[in-house]
Amino acid sequence: MSFVSYLISGISLGSIYALIALGYTMVYGIAKMLNFAHGDIIMVGGYAVFTAMSTAWCPVWLSVIIGIIVCTVLGVVIEKVAYKPLRNAPPLAVLITAIGVSYLLQNLALLIFGSAARNFTSIVDGMPPFMTVSETGTHFFTAVEPGVQTSLKVSMETFLSIVVSVIIMAALTWFINKTKAGKAMLAVAEDKGAAQLMGINVNSTISLTFAIGSALAGVASVLMCSAYPQLSPYTGSMPGIKAFVAAVFGGIGSIPGAMIGGVLLGVIEQLAKAYISSQLSDAIVFLVLIIVLVVRPTGILGKKIREKV
Amino acid sequence: MTKTTKNNFITCGMTLGLFVIFGVLSMTGVLGSQYSGLLIPIGIYIILSISLNLTVGILGELSLGHAGFMCIGAYAGGIFSLITQETINPSWLRMILALLVGAVAAAIFGVLIGIPVLRLRGDYLAIVTLGFGEIIKALANNIYLTMDKDGLHFSFASGVTGTDPETSKLILEGAKGIKAPQDTTLILVVVVLMICLVILMNFINSRTGRACMAVRDNYIAAQSVGINVTKFRLIAFTVSAAIAGVAGVLYAHSLTVLAPKKFDYNLSILILVFVVLGGLGSLRGSVIATIVLYALPEIFRELGDYRMLIYAIVLILMMVFNNAPVFISLRERIGVSAPVQKIQGFFKRGGKKTGGADNG
Amino acid sequence: MAESNILEVKNLSIQFGGLRAVDGLNMTIKKGQLYGLIGPNGAGKTTVFNMLTGVYKPTTGTILLDGQDITGKPAIYINRAGIARTFQNIRLFKAMSVLDNVKVGLHNHMNYTAIEGVLRLPRYFKEEKRANEKAMELLKVFDLDGEAEQLAANLPYGKQRKLEIARALATDPKLLLLDEPAAGMNPNETEELMQTIHFVRDKFNMTILLIEHDMKLVSGICEQLTVLNFGQELAQGDTSAVLNDPKVITAYLGE
Repeated sequence: MSFVSYLISGISLGSIYALIALGYTMVYGIAKMLNFAHGDIIMVGGYAVFTAMSTAWCPVWLSVIIGIIVCTVLGVVIEKVAYKPLRNAPPLAVLITAIGVSYLLQNLALLIFGSAARNFTSIVDGMPPFMTVSETGTHFFTAVEPGVQTSLKVSMETFLSIVVSVIIMAALTWFINKTKAGKAMLAVAEDKGAAQLMGINVNSTISLTFAIGSALAGVASVLMCSAYPQLSPYTGSMPGIKAFVAAVFGGIGSIPGAMIGGVLLGVIEQLAKAYISSQLSDAIVFLVLIIVLVVRPTGILGKKIREKV
Repeated sequence: MTKTTKNNFITCGMTLGLFVIFGVLSMTGVLGSQYSGLLIPIGIYIILSISLNLTVGILGELSLGHAGFMCIGAYAGGIFSLITQETINPSWLRMILALLVGAVAAAIFGVLIGIPVLRLRGDYLAIVTLGFGEIIKALANNIYLTMDKDGLHFSFASGVTGTDPETSKLILEGAKGIKAPQDTTLILVVVVLMICLVILMNFINSRTGRACMAVRDNYIAAQSVGINVTKFRLIAFTVSAAIAGVAGVLYAHSLTVLAPKKFDYNLSILILVFVVLGGLGSLRGSVIATIVLYALPEIFRELGDYRMLIYAIVLILMMVFNNAPVFISLRERIGVSAPVQKIQGFFKRGGKKTGGADNG
Repeated sequence: MAESNILEVKNLSIQFGGLRAVDGLNMTIKKGQLYGLIGPNGAGKTTVFNMLTGVYKPTTGTILLDGQDITGKPAIYINRAGIARTFQNIRLFKAMSVLDNVKVGLHNHMNYTAIEGVLRLPRYFKEEKRANEKAMELLKVFDLDGEAEQLAANLPYGKQRKLEIARALATDPKLLLLDEPAAGMNPNETEELMQTIHFVRDKFNMTILLIEHDMKLVSGICEQLTVLNFGQELAQGDTSAVLNDPKVITAYLGE
């Protein structure tokens, strides 16, 4: 049963990566830039929720909403201040600016909260595990009795991550394909100039993309900090990189690609941690990525762009 | 003498001059210990910057794993020094050999990594180089190496067993890293830096360099005039890796202990920032940018925790002011456009003639 | 004695998925000819060029360059065999100088290794000097020697086109392919271009195949034409005969 347990936790972790990767891929598709600061928006979200929850009168659900709002606003502000002026600048310039924003967020957090890791209380703290399989059978939403051997235990955090991510991804897919604003995003990603000529407000579409991407990061942040409760100014960095890897893995610019890439990455990471080595798990994740890209240079679902000669 | 050669001489003279001046100031005690301690790291970082500029500025490929090559060089050179510590003396000879070992090791990895990777498109290449950098760091974090009278013992697990306790010498200790003999001196760093600078300048100003730039500017056109795109991508990448390896060797021998976690993507990104701000393709720009950006946080040490924050803000402001079309036209209207371009030109001229097409 | 054929194309086709972009093309070009490949937009002309220069691999057919089979060979091989080209959207090395653009074209005719370059051994200086002279000579032919040190990106459009031709000639080809050289030019510039092309053919003993939409240029310099429509050969032969062919006129102007 171990394998199933690792698989489930891998899917859960992967769902979180998928949410972050979606933000990366949407922004890349529409603004043709890699938002290096995306991972750090997660960190800011985490601190926002943490601060809200530490305030006595603030209920958990409100803290979560505050966190998501903070992320969304932050993403839009960063876009307006740092990225929009550079919309027609060489891509490397935008990348370096994004790196600058990332440094800025990390150092702000360092100044305000200090470098010591904070203990984040899970938003479903105290709830019984979602599912347990033990000698007494399979139970849902019941605490394990002391002394009973469980062969499989799926915590509430794990379950929540998967459910929330699935709901959000479904909603996002519906939004992109069925609503006018969503289709505008697809249009701008395809051809900015033509979209503008069709009457689409490119600026607000791009802002909306950043807003959605950052909101997703906010949700991811809450789920991640609940499952992995250490919060420090550098918490967002590695998951950001991994989500970036996942987005590229699935084909940068492709929304289903980001979802698949994220989940796959989470599964590979968990299985590597479990069966090969905990220290080498990161290296193995990258190795798999490299092998995939060598075989399929534009990622799993990436588009092959034929350059016109 | 052509314009380029003259510019190269100016760059070399300027770099050498700065180090001589500050070296003398340091030795006579005029320069305090805080700043004296910066000279060797700055020299090493300049070597890293100019090597990365070859890949990013001249070849035009975004590499986010440069720290990995530095790591390989550091380990290869460090291991060599430790193994031969008793057998090869004087130390300067051992050091020169270690530098060569490090360069060759890094070059080998440059070829191994370059072959599958360099045919990927821009952003994919970036993420794969980042991946390789992390893989190298993770591997280095987990290697254990000891040497005793029977030879070398190597393991990936936590610690090596079965060594003769009397003659055993610990070389690599996983995450704790490597303790190479401290053979790096300022003079050595400056000499190596000048050699690397000249090598890169001569490389760029030759048909090989031109071929790389042609690949950068338009690889389809380069192919149409008979240039083997893959071959030159590999050559530039490998030379860049080798020089980064040299920087790694110097680094390993300048610290008491060198831990592999230092060689992460943050270091790769830091060097990239130096290169982009100094101007892609401009070696002179890389030298100046590295010195300024490395020394600046030190100068503002009194500002304590705020200095990194200010650094980040300054970086963002610089990028926006330099590149946003809004500000470029604003500069023209206020009338500062010409002097600003003159200043930028000073930086850009330090390399081969690259225009404003792709600078930071 | 029959004149030698520089280019022999037999039954050349290429298929992209379900689309046959070029279908069974036959074309023969004699040494020293000025040959035109014309046809409406989307007819497949640039695709033919791309197959001739190794950018695309043909699905069927053969291409012989001066008797040598170059079908499906890579671009670098074909350039060394003797075909050079210019592009529909000018592809210069924009961040490099005008002189360097031509020197890149001379790359394979320079004889020193990377190491000799780095160590600045005598052969470097000798070869660079030779290349500089040859490049300046070429630039002079096109009246670009005054702009030798300027960035290629800063040249006006017409001069950029000329530079592209100069760079292609630097590779010392047997056959020069020009892809819409008159695109974006006014009548004066087109006139000048016609003279330049004639001059290139005469001075360098060059065979030139060009794709063009500008009928003045086509009728002005091309000696023979192949007309392509929907990937297939519509007409072939002497210029005036082809241009007066009713099928050709219909293809261009519609019914």
